[in-house]
Amino acid sequence: MSARRHEQEDPDRYFTITGGRRDASLDLVALVVAEIGPLPGMSSEQVRILRLCRDTPVAVVELSAHLALPVSVVRILLRDMLADGRITVRHPVSAPEPEQLPDLETLKQVLVGLHNL
Amino acid sequence: MDSTTSDPPAAPPLAETPLRGTASDGLKIVVVGGFGVGKTTMVGSVSEIRPLSTEELMTRAGEGIDEAGAVPEKTTTTVAFDFGRITLNDRQVLYLFGAPGQQRFWFLWDQLFSGSLGAVVLVDTRRIEDSWYAIDRLEHHRMPFVVAVNRFAERGPSLAKVRAALDLDGHVPLIECDARLRESSKTVLIELVHHLTRLHDLPAGEDAR
Repeated sequence: MSARRHEQEDPDRYFTITGGRRDASLDLVALVVAEIGPLPGMSSEQVRILRLCRDTPVAVVELSAHLALPVSVVRILLRDMLADGRITVRHPVSAPEPEQLPDLETLKQVLVGLHNL
Repeated sequence: MDSTTSDPPAAPPLAETPLRGTASDGLKIVVVGGFGVGKTTMVGSVSEIRPLSTEELMTRAGEGIDEAGAVPEKTTTTVAFDFGRITLNDRQVLYLFGAPGQQRFWFLWDQLFSGSLGAVVLVDTRRIEDSWYAIDRLEHHRMPFVVAVNRFAERGPSLAKVRAALDLDGHVPLIECDARLRESSKTVLIELVHHLTRLHDLPAGEDAR
């Protein structure tokens, strides 16, 4: 599986891609939408992200899986693309606050969705 | 990997099952358990996509203790986790994460649990002790959970014995499941949602999580 591929990779490569920065502000399930198409001069990772979320939203964690890059590396890329207006992000709105329960309306929606499986 | 069945789930890959264009609200449920207990199998049995695997970086600095700490020259390593998804409606999509339950992965938990609705602890009765740490951490995080015993064999200890072995509070749902079956895994998730709903009814100050 893809994990082995990752393990053989040099963490220094991630440093090169991200400039050594870290960013945890984008949730794993935040949904990314491309706002523009790939342009000359973009990194190959940026091009792949824009292609993956060109037509429909794609979660941060799904981008990570498809790019075979660790989540925190993808976050850094997305932060730059967000700042440049190349993508927009739909942040989770129903997630409970720490140590709080999900609200009842959310639970109802989840239940309906599960029953429809 | 962490699969207990030889047959991969039949869900199509991402390219064939994109999210709806209207999807705007990602939700999370985490399935935790020891190695080989069937987390990926459970995720796969209900997911609309074939379970995907990805990784997160694990660094020594500021991230605490890990096995990587035993290798002085290597300060960054990665840890893998699996996930799948269920489209709930036009707006909401539920992501299911399979999280390794071992102590050395605790740093990953914060990220997975952040904003999660709740958790499923998947238990293999042949290795009940693998679940102790996960349950302890969930209680510490005040993350509501249900416990599902993945039945690999016809015979095994009764649920009462499992409850005692896990030292599980009476209010925490404990059910049997077969993680390979969609209906069974679905029932576990529904039980978690019912549990979360019941917790709303508890009087203030009687938080039994």
